[in-house]
Amino acid sequence: MNIIICIKQVPDIGSIKVDPQAKKIIFPDSPGVLNPFDAYALEEALRIKEKRGGKVFGLSLGGPESEFCLREALSLGADEAVLLSDEKFKNLDAYLTSFVLAQGIKKIGDYYLILFGKQAVDGDSSLIPAEVAEWLDLPQVIFVKKFDELTDDMANVRRMTEDGYDTVEISLPAVISVVKEINEPRLPSLKGKMRAKSAKITVWNTQDLQVEENRLGENQKSAQIISVSPPPPRPKGEILEGSPEEIAEKLAAKLREAQVI
Amino acid sequence: MVFELTEEQKLVRDTARDFAQKRLKPVALELDEKEEVTPKIMKELGELGYFGIIIPEKYGGSGLDSLSYILILEEIAKVSAGVMITVSVHNSLFCQALNKFANEEQKQKYLPKMATGEWIGAYALTEPHSGTDAGALRTKAEFKNKGYVLNGEKLFVTNAGLADVFVVFASTKPELKAKGISCFIVEKSFKGLNIGAKEKKLGIKASDTRAISLVDCFVPQENLLGIPNEGFKMALEILDSGRIGVAAQALGIAEAAFEESLKYAKERKQFDQPIANFQAIQFKLADMATRIEAARHLVYNAAQMSNNNHDFVKQASMAKLFASEVANFVANEAVQIHGGYGYMKEYPVERYFRDARITEIYEGTSEAQRITIFREISKG
Ligand SMILES: Cc1cc2nc3c(=O)[nH]c(=O)nc-3n(C[C@H](O)[C@H](O)[C@H](O)COP(=O)(O)OP(=O)(O)OC[C@H]3O[C@@H](n4cnc5c(N)ncnc54)[C@H](O)[C@@H]3O)c2cc1C
Repeated sequence: MNIIICIKQVPDIGSIKVDPQAKKIIFPDSPGVLNPFDAYALEEALRIKEKRGGKVFGLSLGGPESEFCLREALSLGADEAVLLSDEKFKNLDAYLTSFVLAQGIKKIGDYYLILFGKQAVDGDSSLIPAEVAEWLDLPQVIFVKKFDELTDDMANVRRMTEDGYDTVEISLPAVISVVKEINEPRLPSLKGKMRAKSAKITVWNTQDLQVEENRLGENQKSAQIISVSPPPPRPKGEILEGSPEEIAEKLAAKLREAQVI
Repeated sequence: MVFELTEEQKLVRDTARDFAQKRLKPVALELDEKEEVTPKIMKELGELGYFGIIIPEKYGGSGLDSLSYILILEEIAKVSAGVMITVSVHNSLFCQALNKFANEEQKQKYLPKMATGEWIGAYALTEPHSGTDAGALRTKAEFKNKGYVLNGEKLFVTNAGLADVFVVFASTKPELKAKGISCFIVEKSFKGLNIGAKEKKLGIKASDTRAISLVDCFVPQENLLGIPNEGFKMALEILDSGRIGVAAQALGIAEAAFEESLKYAKERKQFDQPIANFQAIQFKLADMATRIEAARHLVYNAAQMSNNNHDFVKQASMAKLFASEVANFVANEAVQIHGGYGYMKEYPVERYFRDARITEIYEGTSEAQRITIFREISKG
């Protein structure tokens, strides 16, 4: 029984810029990092495997540069790594990305859990887990912060909400996305790193996945980007001056004015 | 000479750097103040392979080359010299002693446990009356009932409070002095081995240093390590490679102190400008960087030579001597560049200054290194 964890290479978010004219996000040239949220999903998969056995598959869709995050997964303890890579897989929207991922998952097969991080820090859409579940016709719970119970065919999980959590029982196989509260990811061991360096990564293209070319055409996309803009700059702060007593008085007045107190 | 690291060497260095920065840096000051490497850190060091770096793969270690090992120690020392020596004594002194001198049975019995950190190792050579003159040790080992009975006292044993097993040097033929010393693998559970209280130290406070005493401590014959009466030669041979580790520790401390100083000099303003604008500060930083660069070449070169089975005794002593003096020079200048702030615990250079001092003392004092270097260069 396999756990499949979908992971993604993302740019180092500290160095991202936005070009509103071209409606584009400008990503830095640096090699990128494993999507931080995926690290939690991976850690959870490894912990489940350590308790229940089975294999953990790392799955990623992207160019050859995505091998890096799959090696990261292998170095931490994933058993196999699969990269879905093809010229045709470039510039897909979430709808088609999830479709291709679903084909990869089907080809791996024999899964009971498909885990995701709650979102990727580049696109920030949070759409993929839910869409993959739909393509595979599987139940899903997103934003999970704890597994209370897990067997071969059911799981009891806590789903984060704004002000607490829901307890959800779900039949397996299922798609689950996790939040960072779920665990503290481990770091790679020396041996793990060395093993991963030379490990084989399976690469599947459109033919391997039996996806017809026109299935991924422009007209198949479901989303269109209307505009891209950077977040509005934070309004300037106000610095209160005077002695500590005066500042405190002014601050209290401001807070009252804003009806905070 | 340009050091071209292999892909594997870069990979393990980066892995260790990532670990040191993420896990050790945030707690380095706390470990110094608590005077311990916490069980949580010990556990993680074990899980990630830092206690099996140079143990061959067939005994569960990573079997890495000397330069990779030194690169790892340097990265750890850069954030915590106390954690570094804990790792290094276990690897360089205990595991390396077994790698070099243990028989197959001994290796199978101990190395797999050492590789995971389930067991921690220590090395007990120094005694109250014998430091630099280690060959004059007084601990006795008498052959009796298919084993040896050990009596004596060992001082300044790093890891003593954490260790499950020690290599202990004792005299089997006192009349032969240094030529009558043998080496033993002594487990913590052996009756008659007593572990003293933790010493209070100037620096590397996170590391655990204690005296141990042996009172009629029976060691079965199968725990004799190597050839009887060749113990002193073994002790020196182990220290020859061990001191490249201390050299790497010194290098790491120096690098950390330099980096903090450069950053601080650019930030700190006096007379309406960063102090880095003052030539007096620039010259200090230039000297620090130059000496660090020279030290790094000596250290990596010694590691590379020891790996390739060259005679590296001179290079190891030079690397240790030079790097440890550089560490003290750089840490001293780092405090100076920080002014009063450098004297305060909130700034890490205060710790680097204290930590640097030991590198000129243990695994052979600077004077002892000079004696070795002169002996080597005057061989003819
Ligand atoms: C924190 C710490 C951890 C240690 N860990 C260990 C450990 O794990 N295992 C272990 O066995 N030991 C350990 N040691 C011991 C360490 O190796 C010795 O302290 C060191 O070798 C010096 O010996 P000593 O302290 O007896 O000084 P001494 O030998 O008494 O030296 C005193 C001074 O005299 C100088 N001197 C001595 N002989 C000569 C000479 N012939 N010519 C010129 N100058 C000379 C020395 O350089 C020094 O300056 C540790 C020590 C410390 C402080």
